[in-house]
Amino acid sequence: MSKTEVPVLQASHLGIQFGGLKAVDDFNLEIGQSELVGLIGPNGAGKTTVFNLLTGVYQPTEGAYYLCGDKMTGKKTHQVVDAGIARTFQNIRLFKKMTVLENVKIAMNKDMKYSMLSALFRTKAYWEEERATDAQALKLLEIVHLADKADYVAENLPYGEQRRLEIARALATGMKLLLLDEPAAGMNPTETAELLDIINHIRDSFGISVLLIEHDMSLVMKICERIQVIDYGVTIACGTPEEIANNPKVIEAYLGKDEE
Amino acid sequence: MSIFVQSIINGLNQGAIYALIALGYTMVYGILRMINFAHGDFIMVGAYTMFYTAPLMINYGMPPWMAVFLAVAACTVVGVLVERIAYKPVRHSGSMSALITALAMSLFLENLAMVLFGGNPKTVTKIFDLPMVEILGAKIQMKYLLTLGIGLAIMVALTMFVRMTKLGKAMRAVPQDREAATIVGINVDRIITVTFAIGSALAAVAAMMYCSTYPRCTTDMGSMMGIKAFIAAVLGGIGIIPGAMLGGLIVGVIEIFVKVYLAPGWYEAITYGILIIVLLIKPSGILGKNAGEKV
Amino acid sequence: MPKRIKKAYVINVIGLLLLFAGLYCFFETGIFGTRTDYFKGIATTACYTIIMVTSLNLLVGVMGEFSLGHAGFMSVGAYASAILTNSLAEKDVPVFVMFLCALLVGGIAAAVTGVLVGIPTLKLRGDYLAIVTVAFAEIIRVAFTNFEITGGGRTMSGITKLSNFYWVFWVTVVCVTIMYMFIRSRFGRTVKAIREDYIAASASGVNVTFYKVMTFTISAFFAGIAGAIYAHYMTAMIPTSFNFMYSAEFLTEVIIGGTGSMTGSVIGAAFLSALPEAMRAFARYRMLGYSIVLVLIMIFRPGGIFGTWEFSLTRALERLTGHGRTETGAGAAGKGAQ
Repeated sequence: MSKTEVPVLQASHLGIQFGGLKAVDDFNLEIGQSELVGLIGPNGAGKTTVFNLLTGVYQPTEGAYYLCGDKMTGKKTHQVVDAGIARTFQNIRLFKKMTVLENVKIAMNKDMKYSMLSALFRTKAYWEEERATDAQALKLLEIVHLADKADYVAENLPYGEQRRLEIARALATGMKLLLLDEPAAGMNPTETAELLDIINHIRDSFGISVLLIEHDMSLVMKICERIQVIDYGVTIACGTPEEIANNPKVIEAYLGKDEE
Repeated sequence: MSIFVQSIINGLNQGAIYALIALGYTMVYGILRMINFAHGDFIMVGAYTMFYTAPLMINYGMPPWMAVFLAVAACTVVGVLVERIAYKPVRHSGSMSALITALAMSLFLENLAMVLFGGNPKTVTKIFDLPMVEILGAKIQMKYLLTLGIGLAIMVALTMFVRMTKLGKAMRAVPQDREAATIVGINVDRIITVTFAIGSALAAVAAMMYCSTYPRCTTDMGSMMGIKAFIAAVLGGIGIIPGAMLGGLIVGVIEIFVKVYLAPGWYEAITYGILIIVLLIKPSGILGKNAGEKV
Repeated sequence: MPKRIKKAYVINVIGLLLLFAGLYCFFETGIFGTRTDYFKGIATTACYTIIMVTSLNLLVGVMGEFSLGHAGFMSVGAYASAILTNSLAEKDVPVFVMFLCALLVGGIAAAVTGVLVGIPTLKLRGDYLAIVTVAFAEIIRVAFTNFEITGGGRTMSGITKLSNFYWVFWVTVVCVTIMYMFIRSRFGRTVKAIREDYIAASASGVNVTFYKVMTFTISAFFAGIAGAIYAHYMTAMIPTSFNFMYSAEFLTEVIIGGTGSMTGSVIGAAFLSALPEAMRAFARYRMLGYSIVLVLIMIFRPGGIFGTWEFSLTRALERLTGHGRTETGAGAAGKGAQ
């Protein structure tokens, strides 16, 4: 990215305390247009807390973050989503008893226009907009290869497909920045490969930026342009995959653990 | 001044009744995460037992308050049966089912009482025949002081029980982590039964205290008193035993003071208003710790 | 509007007209003789109970939260509308207009109360919310007992009798239809999503609090309308009637019918409110029976009798005449209408 451009995400000195414990401290991150950044760290390092800070689930006790230059700190989750940050969850959170199509349509509700009266009297506006939304939702489902399962009840999908549905739902919010929380967790190599294609495809065709938490190191190394490593809430390294792989601090805190 | 002292004593007496009932709610909620709506109706069971057995006691030449032992027995049996028959089968089907089942058991007990005992209020025999005493210039019924004393003594005993005995410690361990408790060899089913037994027994004692203060029992006496006691439990911090005691005393004193000094017709509304305010400001109650849902 | 849906509307309207005509004939030919009025009364009771139970089902079934204080909103509607019609009684207002005004005022008064109660409390969930609704209903009851204008704790009597069954029937039809349309629109869909997972809903851009308060308000609005019908059918009322037990009764009817099923609510409410009247001798066993049925349902069929199943006249006719499409086709079209 060029230096003059406003970054899609800019987090400066973000921090949060729970009780006396600093879960995240002095977190700085810039993500440019169409950039794919990885956020890694050992278990309990505070990765998901960063996501919660960036989506208004928690309010930071220090620092601020900006989306395309607009201050997001202090906004509620749905306002942050409205502004353009969407996420998936580490422990899948779908609307289990609703259909796959409905799951996606929920995320499009904020852009739907028809009024309560239209809904009650089933006016033309109601039918047209519902139909248009259906079509659009189906298009998003095609991207994650779920279009043929649009009428399935979400809880009946296999695990990997539930993860992909979460991505489709996030896409439906029409975001600029996508936060993926361990999207490959529990997937087999084939599913992971498919997921990789999907993430790349989304980034290329929508021109969005992605921040990715992932435990699968090979996946992170393969697709991320930059990686930031945190441990105990503190950033210990950031750089290209090669730099990270050779950083002694990272090896000590994270990769080293695997070899022990 | 004398009215003030009188109100304090009355309030504490009333509060001790609420506290004993609140303990039942709090202990059950701690273990099962469920509002046992039927708990209020255990008081009704206790009160009707007192109504029917106190005259028998007199017939056999015993003091009428001895009927409380029968009431304790009756309530314990009812409490344990309710848990075994209705609550156990739905224990794993979610909080909605639990709430509805509890509500259904409350309706069941009340309407069963209606069918068995009829809808007319019953007047309970005088349980304590004690004189008035004078404290700080206020004339106070001795029985108020006695029931207040009994209530406080039971609370102290219960606190000692859950702190000192093995069974009591197990009762405190299960709410904190049921799985871990199972792993260290605690029989959770048994603990739940014991909890219901103790809670119901306390309700019986509360019924005796209530009957000695207001010698009247009706089939719906339990549900409204139960809700107020539940408010007390929430106020102090639900699931926390000292919280229920504190909450009960606070609700009792506030009620009597509003009745005497502010607006007699509105005292119930004030109690409910306090509940709402507490829930909005600190849902975990006075002694509780705040805990949000993990994302 | 898709053709299939248009056809379904026509079929449903014809079905309702036939039902109405049937009831009209029953009552007007006088085959019940002197008991006609009595049966009309039962039917009217069934109607306002249906509105109460379906509106409560909006909260319980669609939003997934409990209200144990629905009778409180009903009483707000009942007293507000009664005060209005009492003040209009001397004036020369056509009866039907007066009836509509009463319904509207009852509904709006309850809806306003719903907003006031909902905004602060709906951040609570589950058991806590259930208890707070009890508390609010009790506060409303205590207030009505103390206010002079609502009878000051005595019976408020002499309310004009405006609720006649034929009007009430159509009011009920309109109310249930509106709630049904609400559920099957983007609004209802969003509320269902909140029921499923409120954290995911807000992460999908849903303003959770707004939708919750909206649903609560709509539910209160219809409870207020039911209250207005009640007041102008009973012509006399006392605040203690709208107690915890009455609220609990509505909730049991929702659960027995099936949480999330409008069909269950309508049939459940109609049946359960008419049944004890029909069998007076057993009236004192009614709630006892309810409570046992409730426990059994919770143990053996936690979703209620109808679960989330909805009756469709169109589908039933198709099956009867053998013109039905294949099951999958009809199912997909049905889902599309959601």
